[in-house]
Amino acid sequence: MQVILNQLFVGLSIASILLLVALGLTFTFGQMNVINMAHGEFIMAGAYTTYLLQTALGTGLITLSFGLALPVAFLVAGTLGLILEFLVIRRLYGRPLDTLLVTWGVGLMLQQLARDLFGAQNVNVDAPTFLDGGLGVAGVTLSYPRLFIIAVVVLVVIAIASYMQRTPAGRRMRAVMQNRPLASVSGVRTTRVDRTTFFIGSGLAGLAGVGITLLGPVGPTLGLAYIIDAFLVVIVGGLGQLRGAILAALALGMANSFIEYNTTSSVAKAGVFLLIVLFLQWRPQGLVVQQRRGLAS
Amino acid sequence: MDRRILGSGRAGRRCLALTGAALALAVAGCGSEDSSAPAAGAADPITSASPGTTIPVGILHSLSSFMAISEVSVKDAELLAIDEINKAGGVLGKQIKPVVEDGASDWPTFAEKAQKLISKDKVAATFGGWTSASRKAMLPVFERNKSLLYYPVQYEGLESSPYIFYTGATTNQQIIPGLEYLKEELKVKRLFLVGSDYVFPRTANKEIKAWAKANGMEIVGEEYSPLGNTDYATTINKVKEADPDAVFQTINGDSNVAFWKQFTDAGLNAEKLPVISVSTAEDEVRGVGIKNIVGQYVAWNYYQTTKGAANEKFVKAFKARYGKDRVTDDPIEAGYVAVYLWAMAVEKAGTTDVEKVKAASKGLEFDAPEGKVTIDDSNQHIFKTARIGKLRPDGLIDEVGGSGKPIKPDPYLKTYSWAKDL
Repeated sequence: MQVILNQLFVGLSIASILLLVALGLTFTFGQMNVINMAHGEFIMAGAYTTYLLQTALGTGLITLSFGLALPVAFLVAGTLGLILEFLVIRRLYGRPLDTLLVTWGVGLMLQQLARDLFGAQNVNVDAPTFLDGGLGVAGVTLSYPRLFIIAVVVLVVIAIASYMQRTPAGRRMRAVMQNRPLASVSGVRTTRVDRTTFFIGSGLAGLAGVGITLLGPVGPTLGLAYIIDAFLVVIVGGLGQLRGAILAALALGMANSFIEYNTTSSVAKAGVFLLIVLFLQWRPQGLVVQQRRGLAS
Repeated sequence: MDRRILGSGRAGRRCLALTGAALALAVAGCGSEDSSAPAAGAADPITSASPGTTIPVGILHSLSSFMAISEVSVKDAELLAIDEINKAGGVLGKQIKPVVEDGASDWPTFAEKAQKLISKDKVAATFGGWTSASRKAMLPVFERNKSLLYYPVQYEGLESSPYIFYTGATTNQQIIPGLEYLKEELKVKRLFLVGSDYVFPRTANKEIKAWAKANGMEIVGEEYSPLGNTDYATTINKVKEADPDAVFQTINGDSNVAFWKQFTDAGLNAEKLPVISVSTAEDEVRGVGIKNIVGQYVAWNYYQTTKGAANEKFVKAFKARYGKDRVTDDPIEAGYVAVYLWAMAVEKAGTTDVEKVKAASKGLEFDAPEGKVTIDDSNQHIFKTARIGKLRPDGLIDEVGGSGKPIKPDPYLKTYSWAKDL
């Protein structure tokens, strides 16, 4: 029983990290069809923002700097995304394979930039002291950093859902996503919506970077470790579907946790990939499908 | 060895899919620093490669992508050594001219760049590599061209190329002393093995299991994770359930940071469960976060705190050149030593001719930062002192045990009866 509880928590924790890194992509990839391989480097930018704030404010104010890092990393990564959208991506809409190659190149440049700015070695980001330790529930220790990431994800999901459903800007975003020409002729300025969408998507990557500093390495290649997982979540969930991404992250997290417990870490990785391949054979469009009202598929 | 292979299988897959784009950018970003190397070819390397006053040598490490994290520091140490030798008059009255190439964390690229250094730049020797995979890729190139490679990282043993000098430890100079320390000092009876899933940890663990069997230690678990793995919660749960006395850790690369952070995260520490690592050195500790690793054990042959005038001078020079927040560690020191050993052998041989340098290297001694090292007559590894270290709160490592004197390298473990079947 305790084993099951333990692994349930591990699965939930993996799912929260998967969802955190994938949330931004549900916008940029899912809604705009831009395969942004530099998404991982935006995560890295968020992590380095946490590092810089911590260095600037000193070790006495780790809690403050960590709290500040959440909005600041969102802005930093979002701005990077805006620049990328303005300089490159807006010229490449409708050409997903080109965006893949170009953003991969941009990702490499950002990696090298980080290496030149911060050194090739990993840097250390201390977790705030209030996240030391964990909560004991029924003989299982739920560590605070993992609970914190879960909480952040829940809040972000609620924020995104309300933005999409309840604000005019969110409605315009959905309109463009569902039928771009119709939205355009109805007076929606699609270029501006695209820019906003890309800003939010990239900013969410920055937010993920802050969370990841609690559990993983902070270095120039940090993004490489998460980018494929992020794409998997979006693809399994269904393009642009928040609900799908949540379900996919949960499924992948739990599968990983329980397969790994009963076999090994390497088998779990391969097993999850195998499950995804089988799943996509059965349901290539993903878990949740967008209802479109356009004639074009 | 392959201490810090980072990135991941997934990243690797992406690399494959996009090799073209990746290579183009990586090469453009970090190409050769020397494009003026002569292209003439002739028998004597000194006259053909350096008709002027310089001797070109290759420096071939990953300066981009996921291994740069480890290898850039080694490159720094090698350039430092070259500079020092040049300031002192060079070798054979000539200045050493480093030709820096980027292996880009990609094993075929290592082989290509090695060939380029040999045939285009006519280097007298090459210093490079980190992962066993990159060494294995370069080995046939150096053997085919009869050119020298100095490989500066501890590794899994079971190799001895006539054209490679191994300045890092082989198994009997690092892993076995580590195990002996666990048995003698920490009285460990039940050991859990945690490693990355590739050749170095798997080979090392095979050796560890054979040793444990002969020494009455029980292996209560063995877990491997893919390179670049970032979640160790399940692995650590399994360790907790097996309740070992200690963990022997051969995780490499970025995963190391994830392991140590999540080890603390799971409520463990050095007092509750000692871990000995053969792949976490001072350079990585900075990225791990000291509070996550303080009090834990490592096995190496050199620490920044190692006593002696040679080390004081080395640490001072390294920090003066690269910044006071930089640290030195075992592979960094092994890279530095490699350059000196080559330069001494060239001086002794009076030429950069490979066979003569090899002959002159036999039994060559050098007063290295780690203490006196000697090149073995038969296998081109070096005698090294095993040192067991304990992490202290400032991130440096104190020596708490070890062999006390240099150990003869035995890459095939021929002198150990328990290793007969390996």
